[in-house]
Amino acid sequence: MSQTLSNPPLVSRGVAPVTRLAPVALPGPRLGLGLPALLLLAFGVVPQLGGEYWLGAILVPFLILSLAGLGLNLLTGYAGQTSLGSGGFMAVGAFATFGFVVHGGLPLPLAIFLAGLVTAGAGLVFGLPSDRIKGFYLMVSSLAAQFFFEWLFQKFPWFYNYGSSGTITLPRLELFGFDIGSAQGRYYVTLSTVVLLTWIAVSLTRSQIGRNWMAVRDMDTAAAVIGIPVYRSKVVAFAVSSFYLGIAGALWAFLYLGSASVQSFGISRSFQVLFIIIIGGMGSIAGNFIGAAFISLLPLAIDHIAQGFFAGHVDAGLLQNIQKAIFGLLIIGFLIKEPDGLARLLRTLGERLSNWPLRF
Amino acid sequence: MKRLLLTALLAASVATTALVPPSAFADSKEQYVPLPTYRVGPYASSGTLWWAGTLDYFRYINEVEGGVNGVKLKVEEFETEWSPDRTVEVYERVKNGKDGAPVAFFFTHGTPASYALIEKGAADKIPLIDPAGGRTESTDGTVFPYAFPLLFNYFSQASVGINYIAQKEGGFDKLKGKKIVTVYHDSAYGRETQAAVELLAKKYGFENYQIPVADPGNEQSPQWRQVREIKPDWVFLRTWGVSTPVAIKTAQRFGIPADHIIGDVWAGSEADVIPAGAAAKGYQALAPYPGGASFEIHDRLRKTILDTGKSDLKDKKFFGAVYYNIGLINAVLAVEALRAGQAKFGNKPLNGEEGRWGFEHLTIDDARLKQIGFYGLLQPIKLTPSDHEGGGAARIQQWDGEKWVLVTDWIQADRDTLRPLIEAKSAAYAKEHNITPRSPTAEN
Amino acid sequence: MNLFLETLIGGLLAGTMYSLVAIGFVLIYKASGVFNFAQGSILLFAALTFVTLLEKGLPFVAALAVTIAILILGAIVIERTVLRPLANRSPMTLFMATLGLSYVVEGAAQGIMGAQVHALDLGIEDVPIFLGDVLISQFDLVAATTAVALALILALLFNNTRIGISLRAVADDTRAALSVGINLNRIWQIVWAVAGIVGLVAGMLWGARQGIQFSLSLVVLKALPVLIIGGFTSIGGAIAGGLIVGAAENLAETYVGPYIGGGITPWFPYFLAIAFLYIRPAGLFGERALERV
Repeated sequence: MSQTLSNPPLVSRGVAPVTRLAPVALPGPRLGLGLPALLLLAFGVVPQLGGEYWLGAILVPFLILSLAGLGLNLLTGYAGQTSLGSGGFMAVGAFATFGFVVHGGLPLPLAIFLAGLVTAGAGLVFGLPSDRIKGFYLMVSSLAAQFFFEWLFQKFPWFYNYGSSGTITLPRLELFGFDIGSAQGRYYVTLSTVVLLTWIAVSLTRSQIGRNWMAVRDMDTAAAVIGIPVYRSKVVAFAVSSFYLGIAGALWAFLYLGSASVQSFGISRSFQVLFIIIIGGMGSIAGNFIGAAFISLLPLAIDHIAQGFFAGHVDAGLLQNIQKAIFGLLIIGFLIKEPDGLARLLRTLGERLSNWPLRF
Repeated sequence: MKRLLLTALLAASVATTALVPPSAFADSKEQYVPLPTYRVGPYASSGTLWWAGTLDYFRYINEVEGGVNGVKLKVEEFETEWSPDRTVEVYERVKNGKDGAPVAFFFTHGTPASYALIEKGAADKIPLIDPAGGRTESTDGTVFPYAFPLLFNYFSQASVGINYIAQKEGGFDKLKGKKIVTVYHDSAYGRETQAAVELLAKKYGFENYQIPVADPGNEQSPQWRQVREIKPDWVFLRTWGVSTPVAIKTAQRFGIPADHIIGDVWAGSEADVIPAGAAAKGYQALAPYPGGASFEIHDRLRKTILDTGKSDLKDKKFFGAVYYNIGLINAVLAVEALRAGQAKFGNKPLNGEEGRWGFEHLTIDDARLKQIGFYGLLQPIKLTPSDHEGGGAARIQQWDGEKWVLVTDWIQADRDTLRPLIEAKSAAYAKEHNITPRSPTAEN
Repeated sequence: MNLFLETLIGGLLAGTMYSLVAIGFVLIYKASGVFNFAQGSILLFAALTFVTLLEKGLPFVAALAVTIAILILGAIVIERTVLRPLANRSPMTLFMATLGLSYVVEGAAQGIMGAQVHALDLGIEDVPIFLGDVLISQFDLVAATTAVALALILALLFNNTRIGISLRAVADDTRAALSVGINLNRIWQIVWAVAGIVGLVAGMLWGARQGIQFSLSLVVLKALPVLIIGGFTSIGGAIAGGLIVGAAENLAETYVGPYIGGGITPWFPYFLAIAFLYIRPAGLFGERALERV
């Protein structure tokens, strides 16, 4: 059976396969004015325009989900190892941050950073079997991490400081003595973290490590033949990816929700993060942001449209279920129409627009 | 072209989301009541009936009684699939009211959501209502002014369970040496009663065994094999969702009689016993929300809502089901709290602060229960600023194979014994969060 | 010792309930290389359709027939609208599509047939049988027999019918199969329909035990470790994997659980599966992929 998988496509459909071969020279970042403008918009304009609801309930979770997507994308889109344990690793980040603050008395930024390292360690451990286990077998095995961490953080009260209901909450959000509890404060902290980590991720993927990952992704046997340390690359990918997921988990718990329990990091979270990178585009940094926007805004948009048009006319239960089905259909539709994700869709569109008067 | 369409769709979705109104404050004669609901997903079976009960009662108030003292309720639903994360988003969307109609309270409809919102509620001055759930220590309203684990908190649930067992055994002195096994859903909800049961075990000298069932709990042989090894006198079943019918069936398979299993509130609806079939016959459960359609309020609703086609129920056979009645009771608590608030602030829509005052001065005695048609269905309840629970009693109902039959009157929890546990926890919370508890008598 | 025997036997029998679910995955993976995450929703949909028809007053056999017809129709629709447009895409894309599909199927199931919990009585007495001192569940015995019978029937179909042989040809070498004129699309439709029917059987047995409700779709999480221990491509492996997972998880919960707080069944089978995979990376009965550079 597995030969079918490795066979080249039977019919060429005129679209590049998901796993493109890495070119010899990676295209340099097309900076231009786009990126500074985007940053100016994000740091300067948005916080002035966006109300509390927009900043706190839409943009903060969107940014954090993008970060989680980025983490998984490094592992899956760049190094070719699929994981369904993202939720579990996010939980590690959240609970470790809580532990460092409550048991260790550390300031929040340091606690989050250390929690990222702890999560990286956890990811490394769960990445160890990747030298022998591959493909879907590896993906299903990664559920071990998901369920183990869910169990761990519920079972032992030390992790939630013996509080009731296994919920972790931090007293007051403080950064270098400033109160960052407001929606704006939370937005700025999240945005800065995400920008910094995205920059690091971009640099990583362009470094030797990133190139090794892509070689492993495209064909690990071939990579081994030309002398790339395949196993080490995979394990490093697990660790780095988990670092990102851990930070995302900590931000999700303390900057978005304010408190969290393992329910916030259940298996549906893992699927959500996987959706983000598939919809956005595997092996694309921008894709994570586009995918996260799609995943977090689309259900809300469907909800608004449905409420606006049908509320009162259609049975509420039916309406909600139709929305769910529509969400599923849209995902299938996108996979059929744009297998390389929305990032590619936008790029194609951009290319067309740049040739606009000539061909559109 | 198709790509263009897809892009347009994406753009449209962003744009529609942008139109969410962080509403302006016009004057309104309506009270905004946002409801986070779950009609989709694993918990929809309980949800659909629950919202039907709530919506039916609100409709009854609006259409038959002309609103709460003339103030109409503007109810809006938001799907959350019982995810605390989505409930937080809904809360942020609605907390400022809609079209000028203010929010006086926010039903969290789930313990995890109550936890997630507890600080936001306090900061925004929006009372969070979570009857028979919520954060147990928020019963102490001096530390948690905006959280209401109304009616029947988790400690009271444990206490009523033990009190009923004592009643069956013939007195508290008979509990000594008895083996009481708690089989619980391995989650925050499931573990919430452990401290209380431990305290009661010390007080009465029974042996306390705790056996967890991992979510979702569709295979429980190892757990019930352990229970069988213990040879318990009583089993307190604190499962939820699918783990309840599986527990009842598995218990039967291991020879544990159903009539020695006492289910908790959230393991005591029709959906919990019907799938278990004959195995559930004789099973008993705590009922702060008794099942049945023969209470006075049901007659009124039947006449004005159900038979006029205004009910949210798809299938009329669920009229009077436990979850439907949960919806009714939660709705009446909210309406009565609004009335209490209006008595002080005038017959107008209330904001969150006024809503809190209303809940903290909510008193429903037997006379009032008879007036509103809830006598027997709802216990008498009296809240104070330091007691955000206010009830703490439940009846016991028994499944006869067809329907729930109430077998006792209200059994009161031993709240005095458990109050120190609650205060210790709330004091710890206050210390952690630098909250100075307010004086319960300072404001009135 | 009795406790040990009882736990072991009970676990082995309970494990075959997982096998039933896993077989549905194996069929589809074998024939189309799709890791079909929607199997759980299809199982829910099938069982819910069946019980709804039954409650509408249809006799048992008629309800069964109508449900099967709907499943066959569903398989054709899925093949036309999801699989065919996605042919030759990466296995990961197909997997994600089945995740999307699970949303559609769940939405349809709950939207059309409501969210209420239904009881299903298959007429199997669930009372304990004693073998000496060892307690055995009659229901589990029936379930185990069903699973084994189903596996045997499927094996016979694969080995002795024309469709079965074409199916094996497709599984062995898709291109060669195409070149000798096998209609791939038809094979996929058949396989998805058969997987749906297997899902129906699994759904009925699980439904009889826990009630037919949404959480039926979650039994896949129990079936996944079974699947990877047995291998994605072997029906026999699914049975063996089920026995292993069932026995191991029951023994672990009984003997290890109490020392570490209990409730370890959600993750324990996955660790077991990793251990097995480490020794046999394509499962016990799976086929090891040849890698060519």
